[in-house]
Amino acid sequence: MKRQFPLFLVFIFGLFMVFQYFVPHETSEWVYEFLLDWILVIGIFALALGIWSLYKVSVDKIKTRKANWGYSYVTLFGLFVMILFGFTSQNGDSWGWYFIFVATVMLTIGMVIQAMVSSGQKGLSLILAGVFLVASVLIGMFDNAWSFHFYTAEGLQNSMFRAFFDHILIPILSTMFSLLAFFIASAAYRAFRARNLLASLLLLAALIVMLRFNPYLSPIFGDYMAKTSNWLMNVPNMAAQRAIVIGIGLGIVATALKVILGIERGYMGKG
Amino acid sequence: MDFTTFCWTTFAAFVTLATFSFLYKDNPFYKFAEHLVVGVSAGYFVIILWHQGLVTNLFQRLADGDAYFLWLNSDRWWYVIPALLGVMMWTRFSKQYSWVSRWPMGLYIGIATGIAIPLEMSNRVNKQLYAMMVQVDWSNFFGHGGFNLLDVNSGLSQLIVFTGAVSALVYFFFSKAHTGIFGGVAKFGIWILMIGFGASFGFTVMARISLFIQRVQFIDQSWIHNAMDTTNENYFWGFQAVFWIMILLIVGYIVKELMQFFGSKGRAESAGQ
Repeated sequence: MKRQFPLFLVFIFGLFMVFQYFVPHETSEWVYEFLLDWILVIGIFALALGIWSLYKVSVDKIKTRKANWGYSYVTLFGLFVMILFGFTSQNGDSWGWYFIFVATVMLTIGMVIQAMVSSGQKGLSLILAGVFLVASVLIGMFDNAWSFHFYTAEGLQNSMFRAFFDHILIPILSTMFSLLAFFIASAAYRAFRARNLLASLLLLAALIVMLRFNPYLSPIFGDYMAKTSNWLMNVPNMAAQRAIVIGIGLGIVATALKVILGIERGYMGKG
Repeated sequence: MDFTTFCWTTFAAFVTLATFSFLYKDNPFYKFAEHLVVGVSAGYFVIILWHQGLVTNLFQRLADGDAYFLWLNSDRWWYVIPALLGVMMWTRFSKQYSWVSRWPMGLYIGIATGIAIPLEMSNRVNKQLYAMMVQVDWSNFFGHGGFNLLDVNSGLSQLIVFTGAVSALVYFFFSKAHTGIFGGVAKFGIWILMIGFGASFGFTVMARISLFIQRVQFIDQSWIHNAMDTTNENYFWGFQAVFWIMILLIVGYIVKELMQFFGSKGRAESAGQ
């Protein structure tokens, strides 16, 4: 029951989903849409596992005072403040006591974490957590400048939620991607050394494509650089990409078959 | 630009510079930005999936039911089942009951793999095969309107795409030794693959460089320019104050690092003597 029933489920639902694809009946399409909704909902519930794991790892890091444990507070702050912003929104032009409310909720969470991680003085942390909780509940009850929205998406329009997205998430993520320009350059030095014919082909193709986008060097070679780069991207690169995509597709199908037939069981974990 | 927006822009500039500081070494500013982005992005996806996934696919469908009856009196009560299965996933953390999470996992994996097989064959394999097998344009074999080897639509280019893709697939076929004609085709395949990897690599490098340029432009035009822009109708001394506090922070860290560097160098020299 513990291992056989999940394998049975995978087999039955896997085969069913393969065959329903070839049945052009509206019932089959309805079932397809219906099961798609199901796995979407199950997947979102599974996200809670990831969030809990992030919370637990961060709290454990603080508790055991591992290296750089102090930064885990930053992670937890980012996580909870974003969730809070996403469920609340302004009702008018004024924010009222909103930021004090956010501060009290954050302090409540902080004090609960403090109580969990500290060996002594748990009582004081819990009392403070209770005080902040009462303060936040009172503000939430009597402040009409803002409100909670769990079933409608007003929270996504909350200016604080958007500000965190625009001024924290986007700058850091795009800077991290741009950092790769430097690391990729050092990798290129190792990869592009023309040791043999294959490495030389790689070097030449990469150089032509890079020079084509260089505003200073590209004009020296005139139109030829752009045309050669264009040809490289659309002919040999296209051929290579087609082969890779076909290979990936066949690989996914083979792996999916192994999963459905119960040959690949890694997803079940141990036990 | 108003002052609040400028403060947010300053913070964005701070996290941008903090992230770039990793090029020097792992440091407290980078660690701050790194941990912040992990938390904020996790929170962001919780909210997005809640509002755009759970609310639309579950709560709205069960809205006509009552919580007292566990929504089983809803017209679409069967949507309670995936919620229940989702909750069963949470047993993963219990050593004793973690096996329960395999049921929803089995259902999820079964449906997902079942969908993947025909879709992957149709969307990846078949579509690429169809696109590969085009009628070769023999009348314009060496280019349209004269001899032009760089014409991407010429018959020769079409033939290279076809033979290149087939040869690259042959290279990935390891069930037969790469010798003789088969080996020759595989060799042509690896040439095509290397040219393709080189072109993709060059393109990726330039994409990252353009992202880097965009970040530098942000620092210059959105942050420094607005800090000094006295023509801004909302401008007051606070803009420069915020700007110089940030600069002081950066200079302070550089001075601290320099002092640490020369301090350790001096200690090493005295130890050597």
